[in-house]
Amino acid sequence: MRVPAEQRRRALLLLGAVLIVAWANGDLRFAGVSGWGSYTVRIINLCAINAVLAMSLNLLCGFTGQFSLGHAGFMALGAYTTALLTMEPATKKMVFFMTPQWGPLQNLLLPFLPALVLAGLVTGFFSLLVGVPALRLRGDYLGIATLGFAEIIRLILQNVRRVTNGALGLKGIPPVTNLWWTLGTATFTYFALRNLLASSYGRAFKSIRENETAAQAMGIDLFKHKLISFVVSSSLAGMGGGLLAALLTTIDPVMFKFPLTFQVLLTVVLGGMGSLSGSVLAAAIVTYLMEFLRVVEEPHYLSFMTIRGIPGLRTVIFSLALVVVVIWYPRGLMGDRELTVATVTGYLKKRWPGRRGAG
Amino acid sequence: MILDIRAMRMQFGGLVAVDDFSLSIEKGGLVGLIGPNGAGKTTVFNVVTGAYPPTRGAILMEGRDITGMRPDLVTRLGIARTFQNIRIFSRMSVIENILVSLHWRLRASIVDAFLLDRRYRMEEERMRAVAMGLLAEVNLDRVAGAPAGSLPYGSQRRLEVCRALATEPKLLLLDEPAAGMNPAESMELMRFIKRIQEDFGLTILLIEHQMRVVMGISEKIVVLDHGIEIARGTPEEVSRDPKVIQAYLGVQEHA
Amino acid sequence: MEALRLPIAMFLQHLANAISLGSLYALVAIGYTMVYGILRLINFAHGDLLMLAAYVVYYSQGMFHLPWPVSISLSVVVTMCLGIVVERAAYRPLRDSPRTTILISAIGVSFLVENLGLVVFGGRPQSFPLPRFLDIGSATQIGSVTVENITFAIPVVTLALLYALLYIVHKTKTGMAMRAVARDVDTARLMGIDVDRIIATTFALGSALAAVGGIMWAMKFPQINPLMGMMPGMKCFIAAVFGGIGNVSGAVAGGFILGVAEIMIVAFLPAISGYRDAFAFIILIGTLLLRPTGLVGEKAAEKV
Repeated sequence: MRVPAEQRRRALLLLGAVLIVAWANGDLRFAGVSGWGSYTVRIINLCAINAVLAMSLNLLCGFTGQFSLGHAGFMALGAYTTALLTMEPATKKMVFFMTPQWGPLQNLLLPFLPALVLAGLVTGFFSLLVGVPALRLRGDYLGIATLGFAEIIRLILQNVRRVTNGALGLKGIPPVTNLWWTLGTATFTYFALRNLLASSYGRAFKSIRENETAAQAMGIDLFKHKLISFVVSSSLAGMGGGLLAALLTTIDPVMFKFPLTFQVLLTVVLGGMGSLSGSVLAAAIVTYLMEFLRVVEEPHYLSFMTIRGIPGLRTVIFSLALVVVVIWYPRGLMGDRELTVATVTGYLKKRWPGRRGAG
Repeated sequence: MILDIRAMRMQFGGLVAVDDFSLSIEKGGLVGLIGPNGAGKTTVFNVVTGAYPPTRGAILMEGRDITGMRPDLVTRLGIARTFQNIRIFSRMSVIENILVSLHWRLRASIVDAFLLDRRYRMEEERMRAVAMGLLAEVNLDRVAGAPAGSLPYGSQRRLEVCRALATEPKLLLLDEPAAGMNPAESMELMRFIKRIQEDFGLTILLIEHQMRVVMGISEKIVVLDHGIEIARGTPEEVSRDPKVIQAYLGVQEHA
Repeated sequence: MEALRLPIAMFLQHLANAISLGSLYALVAIGYTMVYGILRLINFAHGDLLMLAAYVVYYSQGMFHLPWPVSISLSVVVTMCLGIVVERAAYRPLRDSPRTTILISAIGVSFLVENLGLVVFGGRPQSFPLPRFLDIGSATQIGSVTVENITFAIPVVTLALLYALLYIVHKTKTGMAMRAVARDVDTARLMGIDVDRIIATTFALGSALAAVGGIMWAMKFPQINPLMGMMPGMKCFIAAVFGGIGNVSGAVAGGFILGVAEIMIVAFLPAISGYRDAFAFIILIGTLLLRPTGLVGEKAAEKV
């Protein structure tokens, strides 16, 4: 049973966090100022979305040991679902100027929450269709099969012009994504996955990762559990895609090619395959670095000269980092340990002991 | 009759691993399956537990045909096994290894797991209690939280047996449980096997390629060589059988 | 009669293109299959080698004005070296790691090479020069249709290289060592084979073939850019799987069939040409699910 003091402390922390988010998001004024600057807020939004994407991929690759390269395909499904459900009919009419949109979709409009949830469900459904055949494969074969499926999904989205506007993409998606949505989804994802992984199902997943044959011999239905992991992972990716769509306000099929999966994969490897908090940390680091290094890629116009940007340098740095990490630090930042309040306070107590005696 | 193997033949491409093998085991029995390395003993286990279906023949458990049934379903029917090369889940803790074996009996749904609600937490408590009880039986309860891979070899072997027991089997297949042990350890292990057989009311089929180790506890022994049965009977009969001695000639008995 | 000659000429043009494309796919697919055969690794970076080879020729022609035979040889050598370096740096340290780790490394190397290309060569597509010897740069008329001469040269060169490769693999000691390592690494090592050297040789051979493939590709489709190897690389890998991964003749068969099918489908079913690339992936998934050993592959028995 929790001590009341402990509960009070948690409630206070939560209240504090909520207040900070409210201020950062511009909903609350403090000393006459509100909002953390739209640029910083955008970065935090991206961090949170990347955290959702990384945690979901980690569930499948890091915890269940199923190497899937199809994440971008599911992100695309979620993004398009959310976009099509939240775009105003008037905007849709404008955007679908080459091929008119398919009738029933033209006037369909939903508030953001149901749209996001539907994005997750639709993606989950399609991930079932993909998972049932694909999960019969193992190792690198599973990897390339899921890569193949992701490309097929993407190409279908690119070709069904009446539904998705094809290669022209969708513009004018309502910019609903804000700190509440992203941090909320990230927090939800973290706790939902943490619970799942701490439960018997989590042990089943890990046993499949450790030794499939033995897991099966101990009564674990391999296919069913791989599929559960796959569908949960993909549905979350779909929601991440939906949040991304409402953040960028513009999406097209080209966005969702393999390099997008690569970025999520690299985040997972960096953070540690098998650590949820590692994925969150790595998402923050990678997102921040991506933005920070963007400076290097863009041209800079000074009064007396123009410094040419070097496009592609970010990916050079990140792919080099990936190869280095995978060879020398395969456990990434956190390995399979988790960073929790308990571990942090425990560590701090060890470094600075003796203020209040033991414990 | 708990296990009935009928005229089983297992062929991999051009190689016949086991040919025309039959065996029936009564409830409560303890049968030893011995033979030199490569005789096909593990193949028999693999076929019985469903790792692959036999090329010919049938496997029946308590009268029910389980030939080629998926391994996890075979386990749920009541046949558990250990592996010759230890396949414990090294990165998971000792108690988690046991808890995995209890997963298939979980009644709470995955939604309960997501929410970690009361219904789920009660089942988890129950499972942990059962797991600790089992670990106590094999003297591993004190290291319940340690990573399984950090245990010494003998403890890992006991863990492997313990998690098979956790599936509540009727029939236990032990694949060379004494591998890598010295004679004293092997005798200790044999006493342990006899004890769990009595405590848990198990039927046991035991593979060993060290003859001496198995003689003490088996009621019946079947000898395989190159996939074919060459002798069958009580330990005394088998140890005197010239064909058996011939098969083991030239094989150094591990001291 | 005029009306009939038109479709026949068109058909021949498509056929010539199809065989050409098939040959290119076959050349690059061989590299994938050889590496998979000995290391059980999908070398994602292989497709990018063809890009590198094209650029070496581009720069040696454009900047240094080297004669064609020299720049082609240089390109092949440079590509072989890169293949060996990649193996040494990114794959050898991971020989004992789980297969997915080395796959992640391969993906990383592929992105690294592609983006280094972007950084060094610039993202703008460049025009590839066409050689003048043997009239390769020009075209021939068949009836009312024009076919570039390179289209005829490609299958010829491919067959010649294929013959040379099969000779090496089946008639030389090195080739025998390669086959031994592919069959059973540990036994090969016990037999005294220098496994590291053989693996390096395999990479070198595969890279050389990819280099020639890349140069001829650039001659046929004279617009080069640093990402040009990505899609063809994937398709060639799919061709190798389709033909039977690990098997050289399988890779060739797979490459030809894939190339021919791709052109023919686009030519005769233009309505679905938007799905041109999806076609390859559908073949991949179909192969993995229905006949994972591919057209000519052998089944490997699994020991529990």
